[in-house]
Amino acid sequence: MSERERIQKQRTERASETTEDVSVDATKGDQLKADLDDLLDEIDEVLEENAEEFVRNYVQKGGE
Amino acid sequence: MDARGRVDLTSFAPVVETHLANTVLTNGARLYVDHAHPEYSSPECRTPLEATLYDVAGEEIMRRALGIANDALDPHHAITLYKNNSDGKGNSYGTHENYLVRRDVEFGHLVRAMVPHFVSRQVVVGAGKVGAETESALEHSPEFQLSQRAEFFEEVVGLETTLKRPIINTRDEPHSDAERFRRLHVIIGDANMSQVATFVKVGSTSLLLAVLEEFGTEVFPAMPRAPVHAVRAFSLDVTLREAVLCDDERTRSAWDFQDELWTLAASYVERTGASAVGDEEEVAMVMTQWREMLDGVRDDHDAVADRVDWVAKWRVVKGYQARYDLSKNDARLRAIDLQYHDLRPSHSLAQRVGLRTICDESAVREAVHNPPRSTRAYFRGQCVARYPDEIVAANWDSVVFDLGEGPLQRVPMLDPLRGTHALTAELLETSATASELLAALDR
Repeated sequence: MSERERIQKQRTERASETTEDVSVDATKGDQLKADLDDLLDEIDEVLEENAEEFVRNYVQKGGE
Repeated sequence: MDARGRVDLTSFAPVVETHLANTVLTNGARLYVDHAHPEYSSPECRTPLEATLYDVAGEEIMRRALGIANDALDPHHAITLYKNNSDGKGNSYGTHENYLVRRDVEFGHLVRAMVPHFVSRQVVVGAGKVGAETESALEHSPEFQLSQRAEFFEEVVGLETTLKRPIINTRDEPHSDAERFRRLHVIIGDANMSQVATFVKVGSTSLLLAVLEEFGTEVFPAMPRAPVHAVRAFSLDVTLREAVLCDDERTRSAWDFQDELWTLAASYVERTGASAVGDEEEVAMVMTQWREMLDGVRDDHDAVADRVDWVAKWRVVKGYQARYDLSKNDARLRAIDLQYHDLRPSHSLAQRVGLRTICDESAVREAVHNPPRSTRAYFRGQCVARYPDEIVAANWDSVVFDLGEGPLQRVPMLDPLRGTHALTAELLETSATASELLAALDR
């Protein structure tokens, strides 16, 4: 198997959209920004609702 | 998150010690409870790609155990699992790597050769952290660090893993012939969500150990004068400009160290082929990825945000902070950090940031149940799968059988590179029972 075959982008819709559209650098910059916006939208959907409480309660006791 | 006594592991039979959550899996790994968290020790692997596959299989095993446990629990007491290295409150827990090294490599030489790599590899394989949590790092009030673990290191060499953590840990239990091998127990790594980062972390370290075995310490870059300062200072500087004074009076940044170490590994590969680390194609893949990540972290973050964990995490943290105009101490940014490492597909941010994969999903599913063929883990895993009722203990270097009559019978496996598929598959396939196996081994 070649390296190219082994290393595949995770098949998310976002990844397949970007890899085909990008050609020149200016477009690339816009595309990256649009990707990040999509990603941040997605993070808004799944991020723990009460971040304060989530972070406060996250405690590890012992172990290595 | 305390899984002690809670996780029903019967689907991963056999339970070797039934009173504790301590199980040897059919893929040759060990799954157990370490104080307050579940811990997965992958089976012995022969190459960086194999080690990456069994690391990813470990995530899948943890997810399945989590599902089984949560099915049995009240939803209000559901367990969650994170593959990370600190809780953000000063408590850290490790992601350990273990390498078999020739015994004739002196311990002092191991320290001399590997400290430059262990203080600097975080620029490519650090998992990233929002903020800081130890006194000395908090003084710098960083927004973001390269590494989860770096700020917890206090010594250059030592035996401890939970206090006064050393850059080079001296625990030398090779679980094999101690006359031939020593063990390098690496406690300074971060838990990577990026498969490519795990691959480069293990691959680069293996290559440099092979260089040391072959050429000694002379060829390695000089040690930093103050290694503990170096590892912490490098982590605190996302611009990668921080440089430290070394024993040869030169100053080097973490990037400089990695650049020199990459060049050293490249010349070793060119001269010897590095077959001890992997086949030609796999070694070339380590070198290419390591180089691209190293260039990317300096010149073009966007080019490596699909491979370098700290870059991927920081991109999201910065983007989120800018979108909502948050202060650097906002809990939502710390929540993003934690949730990057959440193993649940419904919550995982690492699964959403577009990280490249190098392990086929089907190969991961196989590796959940089946051992690597290249080491003694094959024999261990196969015995556990085939003769569960007769096994009383499965250890790294032996399997102990109880055939119901006579004394317990111990099958030693002192050489990690024996007990492979090539050497034992036929024997295992023709032995329907443990008695037949042991009889055949006696012949």
